Amino acid sequence: MPPARPDTEYPGGRGHASSGHSLAPSAGSPAFWRDARRALGRVPPSVPAKIRQVARPGAGPEAAEGRGAGISSLIMDPECSQLLPALCSVLADPRQPVADDTCLEKLLDWFKTITEAGSSLLLLQENPCLLGLLCHVLKPQDLSPRVLSFSLRLAGMLAAQEDCFQYLQQGELLPRLFGEAGPLGGAAWTAPSVRSGWIQGLRSLARHPSALCFLADCGAVDTIFSLQGDSSLFVASAAGQLLVHILGLSLQGPAEGHPGLQTGDWPVCAQKIVSHIEESLRSAATPQITQALNVLTTTFGHCHDPWTQVLWGRLSPLVACLLEKDPVPAAHSLVDLLLSVARSPVLSSSSSGLWETLAQTLSHLSPTQAGPLALGILKLQECPQVLRAQAFAVLLQPLTCVLEATAQAPGLLDSLDGTGGASVTVDTLLPSKAACVGLLCRTLAHLELLQPLPQRPSPWPQAPLLGATVTILRLCSGSATPTSDAGGHLCAFLVGCVRVQRAALDFLGTLSQGTGPRELVTQVFAVLLEYLTSPDSSPTVLKKAFQATFRWLQSSPETPGCSDLDPHAHLFLRELLPVLPKRLCSPCWEVRDSGLEFLTQMIGRWGGQAGFRRALLASEVPELTEQLLRDPESYVRASAVAAMGQLSSQGLRVTPASPEHPGGQQKSLLAELLHILSTDSEGFPRRAVMHVFTQWLRDGHADVAGDTERFVARVLQVASQDLDWEVRAQGLELALVFLEQTLGRPSSHCPYAVTPPVAAPPSSLAQALRPLCRVQLFEFAFRALFDCDRPVAQKSCDLLLFLRAQTASYGGPQGSGSVPEVASVEAALQRWQAGDQGQPLGYLEPEVVVAVLRSMDLEGLRGALAESSDRVEKSPQSLLQDVLATVGALGEDEADCY
Amino acid sequence: MPYPFGLRRFHFGKGSRQWGGPRKTAVLRRFESYSLHSSPPATRRSYPSIGGSLWLKTFTLSHFFYKLKLGFTSQGGFVSQLPLLPVRAPNLTMQCAQIQINYYYVGLWTGHDFHSQFPSFATCSKELKECSGHVFVDSVPEFCLPETELIDLSTVDVILISNYHCMMALPYITEHTGFTGTVYATEPTVQIGRLLMEELVNFIERVPKAQSASLWKNKDIQRLLPSPLKDAVEVSTWRRCYTMQEVNSALSKIQLVGYSQKIELFGAVQVTPLSSGYALGSSNWIIQSHYEKVSYVSGSSLLTTHPQPMDQASLKNSDVLVLTGLTQIPTANPDGMVGEFCSNLALTVRNGGNVLVPCYPSGVIYDLLECLYQYIDSAGLSNIPFYFISPVANSSLEFSQIFAEWLCHNKQTKVYLPEPPFPHAELIQTNKLKHYPSLHGDFSSDFRQPCVVFTGHPSLRFGDVVHFMELWGKSSLNTVIFTEPDFSYLEALAPYQPLAMKCIYCPIDTRLNFIQVSKLLKEVQPLHVVCPEQYTQPPPAQSHRMDLMIDCQPPAMSYRRAEVLALPFKRRYEKIEIMPELADSLVPMEIKPGISLATVSAVLHTKDNKHVLQPPPRPTQPTGGKKRKRASDDIPDCKVLKPLLSGSIPVEQFVQALEKHGFSDIKVEDTAKGHIVLLQEAETLIQIEEDSTHIICDNDEMLRVRLRDLVLKFLQKF
Repeated sequence: MPPARPDTEYPGGRGHASSGHSLAPSAGSPAFWRDARRALGRVPPSVPAKIRQVARPGAGPEAAEGRGAGISSLIMDPECSQLLPALCSVLADPRQPVADDTCLEKLLDWFKTITEAGSSLLLLQENPCLLGLLCHVLKPQDLSPRVLSFSLRLAGMLAAQEDCFQYLQQGELLPRLFGEAGPLGGAAWTAPSVRSGWIQGLRSLARHPSALCFLADCGAVDTIFSLQGDSSLFVASAAGQLLVHILGLSLQGPAEGHPGLQTGDWPVCAQKIVSHIEESLRSAATPQITQALNVLTTTFGHCHDPWTQVLWGRLSPLVACLLEKDPVPAAHSLVDLLLSVARSPVLSSSSSGLWETLAQTLSHLSPTQAGPLALGILKLQECPQVLRAQAFAVLLQPLTCVLEATAQAPGLLDSLDGTGGASVTVDTLLPSKAACVGLLCRTLAHLELLQPLPQRPSPWPQAPLLGATVTILRLCSGSATPTSDAGGHLCAFLVGCVRVQRAALDFLGTLSQGTGPRELVTQVFAVLLEYLTSPDSSPTVLKKAFQATFRWLQSSPETPGCSDLDPHAHLFLRELLPVLPKRLCSPCWEVRDSGLEFLTQMIGRWGGQAGFRRALLASEVPELTEQLLRDPESYVRASAVAAMGQLSSQGLRVTPASPEHPGGQQKSLLAELLHILSTDSEGFPRRAVMHVFTQWLRDGHADVAGDTERFVARVLQVASQDLDWEVRAQGLELALVFLEQTLGRPSSHCPYAVTPPVAAPPSSLAQALRPLCRVQLFEFAFRALFDCDRPVAQKSCDLLLFLRAQTASYGGPQGSGSVPEVASVEAALQRWQAGDQGQPLGYLEPEVVVAVLRSMDLEGLRGALAESSDRVEKSPQSLLQDVLATVGALGEDEADCY
Repeated sequence: MPYPFGLRRFHFGKGSRQWGGPRKTAVLRRFESYSLHSSPPATRRSYPSIGGSLWLKTFTLSHFFYKLKLGFTSQGGFVSQLPLLPVRAPNLTMQCAQIQINYYYVGLWTGHDFHSQFPSFATCSKELKECSGHVFVDSVPEFCLPETELIDLSTVDVILISNYHCMMALPYITEHTGFTGTVYATEPTVQIGRLLMEELVNFIERVPKAQSASLWKNKDIQRLLPSPLKDAVEVSTWRRCYTMQEVNSALSKIQLVGYSQKIELFGAVQVTPLSSGYALGSSNWIIQSHYEKVSYVSGSSLLTTHPQPMDQASLKNSDVLVLTGLTQIPTANPDGMVGEFCSNLALTVRNGGNVLVPCYPSGVIYDLLECLYQYIDSAGLSNIPFYFISPVANSSLEFSQIFAEWLCHNKQTKVYLPEPPFPHAELIQTNKLKHYPSLHGDFSSDFRQPCVVFTGHPSLRFGDVVHFMELWGKSSLNTVIFTEPDFSYLEALAPYQPLAMKCIYCPIDTRLNFIQVSKLLKEVQPLHVVCPEQYTQPPPAQSHRMDLMIDCQPPAMSYRRAEVLALPFKRRYEKIEIMPELADSLVPMEIKPGISLATVSAVLHTKDNKHVLQPPPRPTQPTGGKKRKRASDDIPDCKVLKPLLSGSIPVEQFVQALEKHGFSDIKVEDTAKGHIVLLQEAETLIQIEEDSTHIICDNDEMLRVRLRDLVLKFLQKF
C-alpha cells in the first residue's frame, strides 16, 4: 500500500480517507468540529463508490452546485497509477464491455486535467500501460467503438505536447491511429463515435507546427473535407470546427505582422482549405455551400487576426455571387456568415464592401430569411445609418402589410412604409398559414428583442407598432374588419392562432415602456379586455394578457398630485374587475393561477390607492381569493396564499358573515395560513405561507405585531418539522428577520448606508437574547445546522455566525464552556449530528447559547458546506474504481446490490 | 392544457337557427311572483314558440328499372330558411325536402298600442298579447311541418335517420302523409329520440290549452303584423303537437341498424350507417351502387367525446359527399363555452344564487354533468344540490349507461370494470344529483337553495323551466345559462321581460366547424362536395371572416332552397353477372394483345336491379303441332347468329387481290373516311370505311357475292 496522503490534498477516494475516523472526539474540541465538517459530506464512508455514484443525481439541491467542482487531483497519484494498468487491460478487453460511456468521458476529463498540468511524456513513461492500450486498439479485433473513440481522443490529447508527439511518432503510433492504416479504413469507421473520436483526437493534437506536417502527410485534411458532409450532425459539425482550427493554426505564425500577405503565400495546408472553401462556394449543391459558409462563420467569429481580412477579401466576391442566384442558396448560413463578418472588428472596419453586400442581401432575401439579418444589423454597434434604416424597414414590412390589409389610417403607414418590399412580404404572408404565422411570430419576437436595446432605431415608431400589434391581436380574435382580400386571408389564417396571440401579447407588453397616442392606448386596453374576457382565450394566452395588462397599467401616467391610477386606467380597471372573479372560478387551474398572480401584482402596486381599494372591495375578488386557499391544485393554493397575504397587508381582506360561517365567526387569516403550513400536503402552498409570514414580520403586520414572539415561536415550530427544505430555509429567513428586529440590523451590510434607528441595546446580553430563547430560535437554528439539505445548513450557519458577531459586540460572560449545561447541549448537538434528532434541547439560557456559539467552529463548517457534497466521489481514484467495478475487475463487489 | 373535464372531448349541442348571438346579460326588472309549491302546474301566460330546426331530407333515386325513393332526416343547415334540395343526375335523381318543425314565432313589437294602429286586428286581439313592447301569439304551441310541396311523401320508400335530434318530425310523416316505406335508425337514436318526443308530448299535454290561435294566420292580417310575425312562413300548415300514440306508431315503423351494417335497398343501392361521433348512435350514411358512392355527412364531431369516434375512413373514395349539419356557432369553441358555463355557475352559487340550465333531457346534459362532476370539488361546490327535472330524467340517465357498444373506447372499457361509463351515477349515489319527473311531488319537499336545476324545454315556452323562470327571474342573484344552440336566447327570454336574473349564453355545439371540415375533406378527398349555399360564404354579419366558410378544391357545389342540382355522375356501364355454365361455354379469342373477345348468346334476366345472363334454353325438338307452338311462345327466338367480323382491309392488297381475280381498270380514290375502289368496267363501287364496307353494284348479285367473299378474306370471323 502506498502511504496515505493528507486529507486536504486528497479528499477521500473510495472511502479511504474517512473510513477510519471516529465521530466521537471530545465535545466542543476543534476535532469535533473538524469531524463534523467531514461528516457533512453525509455519505457514509462504507458505502461503495458505485452506490454513491448512483445516488448522486438525486442528491437534492447540492447536486447542482457540485457539478462545477471538477476533479481535484492534478497529478496522478500512486493509487491511481496502480489502478491504471487494470483499467487499461479492461478497456483493451473486448469481452469486458464498458457499459457506461460517461465513465470514459470522465476519464478523458481527468487525463486532460493531468496533461494540462504536467508533462504528457512523463505520464506516458510512468504509465506504459497507456501506450500499451493505444497500441492494442490498433490490432484487428472486435473492440467496442467507444473504447476506440476513447483511445483516439486520448492519443490526441497526449500528442498535444510536442515532445510527446515526437515520442509517439517514433513508434509510428500516430499515423497508425489517424492515418489510412488506422480505423479510417476499417469497419469501425462506420460507427459515428469513432469518426467523432478521430476528429476530436486530431483537434487536440493540432497544437504545434509538427502536427500540421503530420496532418499534411497523413492526408487527414481530405478526410476532414469529406466528413463535413457526414450523416451524423455531431461529426459534421466537429469536422467544420476542426478545419477552422487547422486553418487558424497554420496561419498563426506567418501571417502575423504581414497583413497584406497574399493567400498565395500561405502555407500549403491553409491554401488547401481555402481552395476547398472556394470550390464549395462555387458548387451548385446547397449542402456544400452551407458547409463552406459555416466554416467561414466560425472562422470569422473566433479569429480576428489580420489574415481573416485577406481571406474575406478573397472570398467575398464568391459570397456576393451567391446573392445573384434565385433562390439564394443556404440563406440562413449566409446570414450567419455576414453577421459574423460584420461583428468582426477587423473586417467591419475595412473598406471591403461589406455594407454594400449586407444591403444587397437584405433586398435579395425573402422576408422570412431577411428578418434575422435585419435584427443582427440593428444590433451592431457601428453601422451606416442607411443600412440600419433599410434593415428596420425589412423588419417592419410584415407589420406594414397587416396595417395595409386592415386599411389603418394613412398617417400610421408613413413611418413604416418607404420600401419596395411590401409586395414581396405580402407574397410571403399569404400563401400558407404556416408561413404567415411563422413570419409574424418571428417579426414580433425580433422587435421585442430590439425594443429595449440602446441602439434601437430612433425615432422608434411606437404608434404604428402599437397599431399593428393591436390589429394583429384583433385579427386573431376575429374582431378586426379587413378591407381587402389580403386582409381576409390574413384574418382566416390568424383567427384563433395561439402562437401569434402569445407573441403579440408579449410584444404589446414590451411596448408599454414607451408612450403612445391616447386613442391607441384606449385601443390597447380594449383589446386586452377583449382577451381577458373572451372564453376562447387559451390559458397561456390569458397569462400573457394578464402580464401585458399589468405592464400597461404600470406604465399608465399617474394622476398629477396624487399617486392614484389615471382615470383612463381606472375605467379599464372597473371593467376588468368583474371579469376577474370569472377567471378565478375557471375550471382550468392555469387560469385561476394566472388570475391570482395578476391580482397579487395589482395589490402590491396599487393596494394603497383609494380608487383601486374601492373598486376591489366592491367586487367579489377578495372573497373568492380566500376561497381559493382551499383549491385542489397546489399551485393555485400557493398563489392564493400570496394574494391573501397581500390583501391582508393592505387591509383589503373582507370579513363578512359568509353563508358557510353565519354570524361572522370566520377564522383569522393567520390561523388559516398556519393551518395550511402545518397540514398542506404540497410544498408550494407551505412555501408561500412562509414567504407571507416573513413579509408580515418584516412589515409589522397587525396580526403579527400583537404578539410577535408567539407568532415566531409557532411558525418556527411548524417549519422545523416540514419535509420541504425550502420551507425550512424560509424559516431561517424569518428567524433572521426576527433576530434583526430584536438585536438590530447588522451594520456591515453597507458601509455607506444610513443606519436605521436601532432599538437601544439591552442592558445586558442575556436580556437581548432572551426573546430569541423564548421562541426557541436556537433549537430551530441548530437543527437546521445539521439539516440533510445543504442550503438549509448553510443558511443556518450564516445566521449563527451573524448571531455570534452580534453577541461578540455586546460582550458578556466569557469562557462559559465549563458550565455543565453547555456540555449537555454540545452532547445533544453531537447526537443530532449523528442523525439522532429526536431529543429536543428545551429552553436554553442565553449564557449557554453564547457559550455554545463560541465553542463552535462555524467558519470551518461554512467552509465545509461550501464544498460540493460529492467531492469525495469525484476523485479520480473513485472514478477508476467505478469503471473497474462495473466490469467486475476488482472482484470485491460481487454482492453489490447495484 | 388539461381542462379538468376534457373539453376538447366534448360533443353536444345541435342546430341553431342563427350564427350565435351577442352574449349579454338581461335587462333587469321585477317580475310577478309565483309560488312554486301551491300553484297548479299551469302556465299562466302564453308561450309562443320560436322555430326549431328539425329537418327531413328526402332523396329519390331513379335508377334503371326501379324507382327508389330514400329519405334522410338530418340537421338541415344553419339558418332558419333552410334550402330545399332536389338534385338530379342522369341516372340518379335525389330530392331532398325539408321537414321543419317550428314552434310559432315570437313577435317583436315596437309599438305599444297596436289596437289603435291596427284597428282591423280587433278581431284577433284575444290571440295577440303584448309584453314589454313585444307582441306574442297566445295559443297552444304549434309546429311547422315538413315541406311537402316538392315531394310526395307517400312515394318515399326509405327514410334514414341520422341522429335523435332530427327525428322529431317523424310522426307527422309516418302518420299523416301516406308514407308506407321503411325507416332506418340505430337503437340509441330510437330510444333517445323516443325520450325527446315523450318529453315534448308530456310538456304540451300537461298544460292543456283550449285555444288554438288561427285568426292571425289570415294572410291579410298577418302581413300587417309586426316582424317577425309577418315573416313567418306557411303558417297555415302549422300543426299542434302529436300524441304519444302517434309517436309509438311512428317508432314501430323504424328498423334498427348497427354501424357498418350493409342494407340492400331493392338491389339498386346499398346503404350503410357510420358513426358520426356527435351523439349516441348518431350516423352518417353511405349510399353506394356498383359504380357510385355518395356519402351523406350529417351532424358529426371530430372531438373525442363519449360516443364512438367518427368513422372517417369509410367516407374515402366518395364520388359525392353531401355535407350538412355543421356547427351553428362556428365562433364559439366548446372548450371555452364549458369553461364559461362552469365559471358562471360557480360565481352564482357562491353568491347564494340559483342556476337554471334550460336543456334537453339527453345529449348536452351528460357532458355538463361529467364536467361538473370533476369541477364541483375544485370549486368548493360539493354541498350544492343539482336537480335534473324531466318526465324522462330517470330513463335518460339510465339509458346513457347501457348503450356500451355505442360509446367511445374509454367508456366502453369501464363497462368491464365495476363502474358505470358515465360519472353521473356516482353523483346520484352521493346525492349530489337528484332527478325528478316534475317539480311536483318529491321535488317540492327535497328542494333547497342555492341549487342548480337542469330542466326543459330550452325554448322556455313550455315545461318545468317556465316555473323556474318565474320563480327566480326576479332576483339578480340567480342566473339562467343557455347551452343549447338551437334557440336565440334573446327571443326565448322575450316574454319574460323585464327580468332581473342574469342571463348567460354559452352555446355548446361540438359539431364540425370549418377548420375541422377542411381537415376532414383533405383526409377523405371526395371528388365533389355538395353543401348548402350558406356554407360557401362567410356569415352575413361577419363578412370578413373568410375562415367561416368551406374552402375545398374543387369548390363545393352549393344548393339553395328549392334548387335542383345535377350531380356529376357519368354512368356508362351496368354490372351483369354471367351464370357459371354460360361462362364455361365461352371461348375468348385474342384479337389484340391483352384483349380477348367472345360472343355470347344468352337470356338477360333482370330482377331487383340485378342483371344475370343465363344460358339460352335448348331448342326443344318439334314433337307435335301443339307442343311446338307452345314452345315457340315461351322460348325466345334463338336464331343462329352470323359471325362477327373484325379487322381492317388493306387497300393495296385488296386491289392486288381484285386484279388477281380478273378485275382490271381499278381506280382507288381516297375519301375523308377511307377509300373508294372503283371497278370501272363493272360499274361497281366498293366503299371501304373504318367500320363498314359497302359494295354498290347494279343488280349483279353474283358479282356482289364474289366481291363480298373477297372482302371477307381480309377480315377475321368469330
